[in-house]
Amino acid sequence: MLNRKTVDFAARLALATGCTINAKSLFARKNYFYPDLPKGYQISQFEQPFCEKGRIIIDTASGEPYEVRIRRIHLEEDAGKSMHHETYVSADESLVDLNRCGVPLLELVTEPDVRAPEDAAVFLSHLRQLVRYLEICDGNMEEGSLRCDANISVRRRGTATLGTKTELKNMNSFRHVERALTYEYARQCALLDEGQEVLQETLLWDPGRNVAVPMRSKEFSHDYRYFPEPDLLPVMIDAGWIEEQRQQLPELPRAKKERYQREFALPAYDAALLSEDADVARYFEAVAAQVADKKLASNWVMGEVLRACKESGKSISELAMTPLRLVELLEMVSRSEINAAVAKKILEEVVRTGHAPRTLVAEGGMAQINDDAALRRAIARVLQQQAGDVQSYLQGNEKVFGFLMGLVMKATSGRANPKTVTTLLREALADRKRS
Amino acid sequence: MHDFTNLHTIQQLLSDGATNCPALTTHYLAHIDEGAELNAFISVFKERALAQAEAIERKRAQGTAGALAGMVLAIKDNIVLDYGGTTCGSEILRDFKAPYTATVLQRLADADAIFIGKTNMDEFAMGSSTENSAFGAVRNPVNRERVPGGSSGGSAAAVAAGMCTAALGSDTGGSIRQPASFCGVIGLKPSYGRVSRYGLVAFASSLDQIGPLTRSTADAAALLQVMAGHDPLDATSASLPVPDFSATLEGGIAGMRIGIPKEYYEEGLEEPVRQALSDTVRFFEELQAVTVPVSLPHTPYSIAAYYILANAEASANLARYDGAHYGVRAGQSPSLEEMYVNTRSRALGAEVKRRIMLGTYVLSSGYYEAYYNKAQQVRTCIRADFEKAWRQCDVLLTPTCPTTAFRIGEKVADPLTMYLSDVYTVSVNLSGLPALSIPCGRDTQGLPIGAQLIGRPFDEGTLLRLAHLMERHFIPARQVLTNGMG
Repeated sequence: MLNRKTVDFAARLALATGCTINAKSLFARKNYFYPDLPKGYQISQFEQPFCEKGRIIIDTASGEPYEVRIRRIHLEEDAGKSMHHETYVSADESLVDLNRCGVPLLELVTEPDVRAPEDAAVFLSHLRQLVRYLEICDGNMEEGSLRCDANISVRRRGTATLGTKTELKNMNSFRHVERALTYEYARQCALLDEGQEVLQETLLWDPGRNVAVPMRSKEFSHDYRYFPEPDLLPVMIDAGWIEEQRQQLPELPRAKKERYQREFALPAYDAALLSEDADVARYFEAVAAQVADKKLASNWVMGEVLRACKESGKSISELAMTPLRLVELLEMVSRSEINAAVAKKILEEVVRTGHAPRTLVAEGGMAQINDDAALRRAIARVLQQQAGDVQSYLQGNEKVFGFLMGLVMKATSGRANPKTVTTLLREALADRKRS
Repeated sequence: MHDFTNLHTIQQLLSDGATNCPALTTHYLAHIDEGAELNAFISVFKERALAQAEAIERKRAQGTAGALAGMVLAIKDNIVLDYGGTTCGSEILRDFKAPYTATVLQRLADADAIFIGKTNMDEFAMGSSTENSAFGAVRNPVNRERVPGGSSGGSAAAVAAGMCTAALGSDTGGSIRQPASFCGVIGLKPSYGRVSRYGLVAFASSLDQIGPLTRSTADAAALLQVMAGHDPLDATSASLPVPDFSATLEGGIAGMRIGIPKEYYEEGLEEPVRQALSDTVRFFEELQAVTVPVSLPHTPYSIAAYYILANAEASANLARYDGAHYGVRAGQSPSLEEMYVNTRSRALGAEVKRRIMLGTYVLSSGYYEAYYNKAQQVRTCIRADFEKAWRQCDVLLTPTCPTTAFRIGEKVADPLTMYLSDVYTVSVNLSGLPALSIPCGRDTQGLPIGAQLIGRPFDEGTLLRLAHLMERHFIPARQVLTNGMG
């Protein structure tokens, strides 16, 4: 049976990559014998895939962003997972895990547009960001929810035709993809420099040894005998439905980043960081909607909130410090009810206890001390105790001011309004100078 | 002793208190024992069937019994049940136990049908004589030297021999209709998509349908009623309303246009069969139906197209019997590939291997266009022939088979001749149409002759109505049973 949700996901990815969705797409059987394939064929799409001809623009570290064309995206079912050379079975035994068998997946095929191994990793990170944004999957390569087979060929500078390609398999991280391609690039160049030919073959990346090993030709020289899958009807996609899906498409990372720069006047760095992850962006937008100072909101989300995530091991959407509570906290700061240092402490407390910021402020006696008389008393005590330092300041050592300031803050358990303390401390010291 | 030939009679006897479900079941079990020589069954659910009968009897006492209470069914052994085995007539599935129950069987059980056992069949439904079974050939109850037809030969024989009220078969190219014809019973292949295939072990997915073999059209209607309808577990099952088939059974046929396709009455048709069909035509004309000569010009290509497409699909559908997951595995093999080869060489029969090889060949790179694609084009032409015919007539009348039941062993050595016995049935599957075979006479040796009625897509109702009229005329009371158990 075709899983309806899979078609929704395919449509999202198709629209997000600018692909054309075929009004009619067909399923096919891909026939081969292998123990990880209990039916002896894989349901896939061959002729008339779900969608074709799209693009993903990638930012490269080395230069200008460029476009990687998408040849096609099709639906298929996953096979099981074969496991060889496991320590807990004898050497001549293999295991097969059929848990993911029949689970739907999307396969995306690019045109040969990626120009460098690093760019392949960048492309994958863009793709992962996209599937996360679109809530298709978590894009975790280690767990196999995002996988990559990479084809590579080299061509001599100045020539137009691509050389013979090889295919690399078994890379389970962006880093491995990049390393395997770097390895294979060097190998192919060396072959050509020696006047030899590159053979079209499939190689398995061995991450332990950092080499790619050719598979036995038997393992991939299949005649897959594709033919239309008679158990599944063609998928007919209605143009109106595609429009609906397009309307429901979330704002995509690139557009979001540009909007943050334009609308919120955020620096490119902030905009990129906040739009990197859909959940972070959602959080930031909820805060920014109610806080006039967007840069302040950005600083707090990028800084304290993400740090709290890291420290608590929670995702931003699970954090007890919700956007609404952060807004509340920032309001208290801007009304001088608490100072920034206290606010940071409160944030940590909210994450730890799950209590609302205002409750913590009230209960913890952390409200800012704005009472001038009380502050003057605290200052007087500090100056009395630190007569030597006062002397030093009066003789022109400005650095001592910060030290004295810190002592006053400490004496008020950090609750003093720092601006008021600064003013009052300067007044008090000026008095001493005069006296 | 009552004859329990159809559900109507049985339900009458039940409500009269003349019998009860356990007695009925015991009666059929005795017939199965007596007819053991026919080899119609692969497994018999003696205890289970009796327990079902007891349970249904209790429901009857409470007035909560389902529509099929009193129906004792035999099931072709390629439809899965979560108890007992499902062998498909193959060595490779000799010990296979399915973990789930087919949608049709669940629906029938919910309607209180009793399952008495699983019937013998050509291995994986590949054959026209039920001689290709790992569990031995089935004999025709009408004449034990003859084949019962195939591949649902066990089901047809069981029904004809009174071992059950009715049976289920599967029809990929005629596997319900041809044995029904050879054994003198009624066999209905529903429209493709009418009945769920979920739980039918696949032979050719675009052609397979489950259908009933019965001794009355009312039973065929009652069984179809319960089995039909959309199943979310089968993507090819149709989301169409299911009409009340029992209601469509009654009524006249005055003015109905019955098409006579000339290509079905040409060379190869035995004279007694031709004669019986003429009698049928005359019978319908007397009821004021109009016969219309029509042409289905692509008929000569149907066998070739069918054997390419069915085998292509079969080559994929049967790939799963590789020793790794389902059924038998050949003993120690030095490599994975040798394990595959050894398992499949040893545990699959000659006909199955022949068809897998043919199917693999026609899908292979370099041959796909010439064979598979060409056959799909022919399939489209054959469908178009029928579409055109429906503009001239409402239903088609043809022989089910060019001959009556042939002798056991007669065609085993010559697969091509065997394939040709499907000449009148395969086009129906290629076009997804409903068709029904019903006895319409006997040849000089007393062997049953079947007439085939072919309907418009999803118009099983018309077929049942015509058959209902025919059965009163062509099937004398008790004849089938008397012959069967004589």
